[in-house]
Amino acid sequence: MIADFDYQFFIEVLVGGLLSGVMYSLVAIGFVLIYKTSGVLNFAQGALLLFAALTFVSLVERGIPFALALVVTFAIMVAIGIAIERTVLRPLTNKPPITLFMATLGLSYIIEGAAQLIWGTQVHGLDLGIEDVPLEIGGVLISQFDIFAAVVAAGMVLLLSLFFRYTRIGLSFRAVADDQFAALAVGLRLPLIWATVWAAAGLVALVAGLLWGARLGVQFSLSLVVLKALPVLVLGGFDSILGAIVGGLLIGASEKLAEVYIGDYFGGGIESWFAYVVALVFLLIRPSGLFGQKLVERI
Amino acid sequence: MTAISSDFSSAPVLPKWTAPVLLLAFAYGVVPLIGSSYLFEAILLPFLALSLAGVGLNILTGYAGQVSLGSAAFMAAGAFAAYNFNLRVEGLPLIGSIVLAGLVAAAIGIVFGLPSLRLKGFYLAVSTLAAQFFVQWALTKFSWFSNDSASGVIDAPRLSIAGYALDGAVGRYLFALTIVAVLTFLAYRLVSSQTGRNFIAIRDNETAARIIGIPVLKTKLLAFAISSFIIGVAGVIWAFAYLRTVEPDGFDLDRSFQILFIIIIGGLASIRGAFFGAALIVVFPLALSRLGGFLLGDLFDSGVLDMSQRIVLGALIILFLILEPDGLVALWDRIRRRLLFAWRST
Repeated sequence: MIADFDYQFFIEVLVGGLLSGVMYSLVAIGFVLIYKTSGVLNFAQGALLLFAALTFVSLVERGIPFALALVVTFAIMVAIGIAIERTVLRPLTNKPPITLFMATLGLSYIIEGAAQLIWGTQVHGLDLGIEDVPLEIGGVLISQFDIFAAVVAAGMVLLLSLFFRYTRIGLSFRAVADDQFAALAVGLRLPLIWATVWAAAGLVALVAGLLWGARLGVQFSLSLVVLKALPVLVLGGFDSILGAIVGGLLIGASEKLAEVYIGDYFGGGIESWFAYVVALVFLLIRPSGLFGQKLVERI
Repeated sequence: MTAISSDFSSAPVLPKWTAPVLLLAFAYGVVPLIGSSYLFEAILLPFLALSLAGVGLNILTGYAGQVSLGSAAFMAAGAFAAYNFNLRVEGLPLIGSIVLAGLVAAAIGIVFGLPSLRLKGFYLAVSTLAAQFFVQWALTKFSWFSNDSASGVIDAPRLSIAGYALDGAVGRYLFALTIVAVLTFLAYRLVSSQTGRNFIAIRDNETAARIIGIPVLKTKLLAFAISSFIIGVAGVIWAFAYLRTVEPDGFDLDRSFQILFIIIIGGLASIRGAFFGAALIVVFPLALSRLGGFLLGDLFDSGVLDMSQRIVLGALIILFLILEPDGLVALWDRIRRRLLFAWRST
């Protein structure tokens, strides 16, 4: 049995898993941005992703050029982010985090409903102009689209870390993440910062929405990718971008390997819950997660 | 001074149980006589099932402070367990299968409550999703649970208690009402007992609770067990009395959110709150579809209805969290106090 172990196949599955993990990380990063700066677990991130992808596709289908549609969608996402900060988060300042979480749950219902009420419920195809032809690298077949997604994700993470490191507003993000009261005391404008964070999360949602939309087709189920991102967050810690990346890779790889090698023993279809079990088992052994701060809400 | 003394003397002091007893007498004595079958099928039966699920979740989330997003999984576990006990155990009365089903749901609740010993807040909320997905997967995957029926949809058995068949909408309503009344009474007793106070202590400050000698781990698991028992029985009512079929699809994540919404809108840590919340959740889609049809006519098709329901529901959640964090119960109490005051001062 061990002798005929097919290494090539194993590596193919592993790489495929890692690359789909990148897609999970893309969604998870949107959560981390908001959690880091405002302590809100934003369940509406999936709905935002759906809204962005649906808006973009509908604009393109109405004959608006690709680049312009991208800019318009981004502007809409920024507007939504600011509106959320004004109408939902501001009145709920200083409420327990779990209340804010429930508010974002309500928010996700509103955004999902609005997205489909405005743009309709049919499935849209989305073509980003990247052919999904497998590339052969060192004898291993890898999807070209997956590589593109990985490059985009890497670019975005790089951009975000430069932003956090070198720009004034990025630095104030970190200050707010560190200590809200101290940030207020030195005169940082929290509402402005939160609005910017939500806009940044909107940008991440747009990028992730386009990539996922090209993969699955733009439709309601797109907002369910949030359920794929949650175990990644539990594993990596809610407040670490690095954790979101590594967690995504781990979940992606273990999910694919489990599906291929042990899925048959369970009768298949285990990917709906396997990621959660991985995250839970991991947490029971190491409650502070991979990269999460020790202070987070764990016993 | 005079105002206060007159307030004391003229106020008729009614015992606390007056309102519930009057309400129950009305529900048993009057409603079956005047209700139409639409009232039972479309409003009262789902209302009773969801209220009970809300009571169950409220014990876990409202009183013990452990947020769960997996309630529908426990409803499904209860429904399928009751179906299988009823099918496979010869001569077991219906009540027996329902109690056993509750116990099965409680056992599953304890297993999925284990992470609560090490996780809090969001981490726990996310980990309860594991229950949601696992149970739903297991029920669709293994056809043994649905007695190898090809479609996965199975007819619920006939309801009967001690030989009396409870057919028809009224019979099923009385069946559901009785179970809900009994379990709600027990839940009410529970939350005012020492155990209930322990739940609240853990919710408010876990470290302090540990210091005054509350066995935190045991109490948390107990909260999971009791809550899952009640939610499991609610699942039985949902499947046996309301839908008359047992299928896993009805117990999806949206149902879990719906039950969470019920207790947010109704009022956290309030037994009455679950009933207020469930009433709103059940009646509001019906009212919205009537209103939409009336205002927009044919433009208001089922797709638009579905979407506008989501939007209004989401908006309601946010409005309640901002304006009335204690839910409909607080609103109701305030209105009642105003009315009483206005009535007395005349």
